[in-house]
Amino acid sequence: MQTSSSTPAASRQAAYLAGFKNYLGLIAALLAMCVMFAFLSENFLSAATFITLSNDIPPLVVMSVGMTFILIIGGIDLSVGSVMALAASMLSMAMVRWGWPLYAAAPLGVVVAALCGTLTGMVSVHWRIPSFIVSLGVLEIARGLAYQVTNSRTEYIGSAVDVISSPILFGMSPAFLSAIAIVIIAQLVLTRTVLGRYWIGIGTNEEAVRLSGVNPNPSKILAFALMGALAGIAALFQVSRLEAADPNGGVGMELQVIAAVVIGGTSLMGGRGSIVSTFIGVLIISVLEAGLAQVGVSEPMKRIITGAVIVVAVILDTYRRRGQRHAR
Amino acid sequence: MQPNDSPSQASPLLTLSGIGKSYAAPVLDGIDLDLRPGQVLALTGENGAGKSTLSKIICGLVDASAGGMTLDGQPYQPTSRTQAEGLGIRMVMQELNLIPTLSIAENLFLEKLPRRFGWIDRKKLAEAARAQMEVVGLGELDPWTPVGDLGLGHQQMVEIARNLIGSCRCLILDEPTAMLTNREVELLFSRIERLRAEGVAIIYISHRLEELKRIADRIVVLRDGKLVCNDDIGRYSTEQLVQLMAGELTKIDLDAEHRHIGAPVLRIRSLGRAPVVQPASLALHAGEVLGIAGLIGSGRTELLRLIFGADRADQGEIFIGDSQQPARIRSPKDAVKAGIAMVTEDRKGQGLLLPQAISVNTSLANLGSVSRAGMLDHAAESSVAQDYVKKLRIRSGSVAQAAGELSGGNQQKVVIARWLYRDCPIMLFDEPTRGIDIGAKSDIYRLFAELAAQGKGLLVVSSDLRELMQICDRIAVMSAGRIADTFSRDDWSQERILAAAFSGYVGRQEAAAAAHVAGNTA
Repeated sequence: MQTSSSTPAASRQAAYLAGFKNYLGLIAALLAMCVMFAFLSENFLSAATFITLSNDIPPLVVMSVGMTFILIIGGIDLSVGSVMALAASMLSMAMVRWGWPLYAAAPLGVVVAALCGTLTGMVSVHWRIPSFIVSLGVLEIARGLAYQVTNSRTEYIGSAVDVISSPILFGMSPAFLSAIAIVIIAQLVLTRTVLGRYWIGIGTNEEAVRLSGVNPNPSKILAFALMGALAGIAALFQVSRLEAADPNGGVGMELQVIAAVVIGGTSLMGGRGSIVSTFIGVLIISVLEAGLAQVGVSEPMKRIITGAVIVVAVILDTYRRRGQRHAR
Repeated sequence: MQPNDSPSQASPLLTLSGIGKSYAAPVLDGIDLDLRPGQVLALTGENGAGKSTLSKIICGLVDASAGGMTLDGQPYQPTSRTQAEGLGIRMVMQELNLIPTLSIAENLFLEKLPRRFGWIDRKKLAEAARAQMEVVGLGELDPWTPVGDLGLGHQQMVEIARNLIGSCRCLILDEPTAMLTNREVELLFSRIERLRAEGVAIIYISHRLEELKRIADRIVVLRDGKLVCNDDIGRYSTEQLVQLMAGELTKIDLDAEHRHIGAPVLRIRSLGRAPVVQPASLALHAGEVLGIAGLIGSGRTELLRLIFGADRADQGEIFIGDSQQPARIRSPKDAVKAGIAMVTEDRKGQGLLLPQAISVNTSLANLGSVSRAGMLDHAAESSVAQDYVKKLRIRSGSVAQAAGELSGGNQQKVVIARWLYRDCPIMLFDEPTRGIDIGAKSDIYRLFAELAAQGKGLLVVSSDLRELMQICDRIAVMSAGRIADTFSRDDWSQERILAAAFSGYVGRQEAAAAAHVAGNTA
């Protein structure tokens, strides 16, 4: 009950240490999985696996970053899979039908996706409707638009978009490196900026933030706009990997994204979350899928196991938090 | 006050030996305590002294980190509240534990609803509920009323009634009278007398020393987690008890009479929002503490919210400083920009980010000052928080501690620190000392005096009339949504203020009579 005599630097150091401890459980789970698959399949610990993974995960990573912001402010965005498909469709239209170069078409996709996110944010903020419902509507709208612009056909683009997902550094593509950069920047935004602080405050107690003389609405809409933009970037990564835009792409992806964020320990109730944890959550899901595929598990079995892992991860997380509370 | 068979001779029901608890810092240290059947034990102490933690340990909500307990001589180590309740140890918490959408009956018997062929037996349930509410003297309430439709006082009584179902050998009451009217307090006290006669041991936690003196046999005072007094309550005067709680005599010399009152900092003209606030006009001056008295529901909180832009006014104007141009205040953001701060009535629901650090809470209204180009400076932020922790004597482990882990008085100081850091010339306070202990209260009174001396204008809503009469230069009294009267230090009296407070509700003569009664009980 004494007033602390510790310096700010010391208390900050303690905070970092506590933050690192939060990641330990997730890292341990990830390593355990890697060890298990290394025993089950001799090919698992290889450069090929790493390259496959680094090729596969960028879309999931960047969308999960956006979803972490959304969950932190106490919202949810179910439209991200469709918005990604819409952005991919716009990109392919611009390149194939209108002959735009990649550097012009890519921003178009991102802007369209950001507009979808902004729409969700503005409607849900202005009429105070839960973002769950609004984004469900936007999910349908975006999917419909994607079919509309592509006439419901997969559009092949070819090697013009390859550059983003071809390895440039130790087997890593520009897409993967950008995804990592986005993770780092997003973590800094969340912990080091006024905007990130407002997001956490809004998710914790929006009324307290408002009564502190801060209008929470712009920050909320911005979170949704960013979510959209990140879905647009995900679309770019996806298109470049497949060399095609599929208006059916990304169906059910919102669930994968939310699962990754929740495995990372971000609270569905808002106010608490971390981008780094989300990144590890994405790795856990992706390593699991890659490993199961290598071991030769059938597709239905893969889904059953992945589902079970999600449930177990969330259960373990509650224990971890309970333990922390007792330790304090 | 002593019951027939002196409880001090009965063998103890519950014994605590060496109970301790540490979170970031020790909260309780080596508490030894005996509780005998039929004994009413008053547990008191400042906020943060460890009263709540101690009672939570007894009823199984928190594990002790040191020491042990026995119940009837047997080791007693409850691992959950349910287990403790099974042994007859029950607690009525300060925060109500009711489901507002369910009826009184369903709330009372939620754990064991009477059933017939698998369906709820509504007739039996209603009868049982009526009987149980009779126990707390509220048998006339319709048992199917949703609890959310009841006033807070009645909700509290439902909560108490629920804890009296089944075996009850030890009952812990945490600030049970905070929400109750005088009549309900009387009911509660007579019920406590009956429980005492039945041999139930009672731990009664309260700050209201007069109440404690009235119903308790023994007084137990905690200070900084240690037991500093465990004695017959009859041996102490109220002043001595205050001294025991605070550790030093807290004589507050506010020097309110020698304040320098300057030019107006805030004027409102016909500000209103139908039907809760009728057009109101008043002026607040630099260096002035202006109180707003009135009954609960008279529109005091609503008036503050209009000034602060938290609710939209449907008429009237607000003028800041000597400006002749009405200020455009349509949101709290506008208000803060205009130099108005507001400390809300509900610090947990509307003030604090409970799971976040103290430093995050103190900087929330002024993040611009601890950031550059949108990037936060964490070091600056925690040093600001540390300054205020020291200045306001906030008891905490470190500024990284979550605000939710602090006691009520310290939480309130964190909210106040937020606005001190914002440095607004106009400060609105809504029930700033509700539910906090005498030590924290006098800290806050001193702070008010200091702020007034700095030339700030303070508008303070409080239900504690003696508090207002101690700290204010003027008191405006609201009644039924309008400002009924304004008094200055020379012409106010408790009776005149109360008469004004009742004036909007009843005819003049009745109001005076009501005030007379209220004045006698206050």
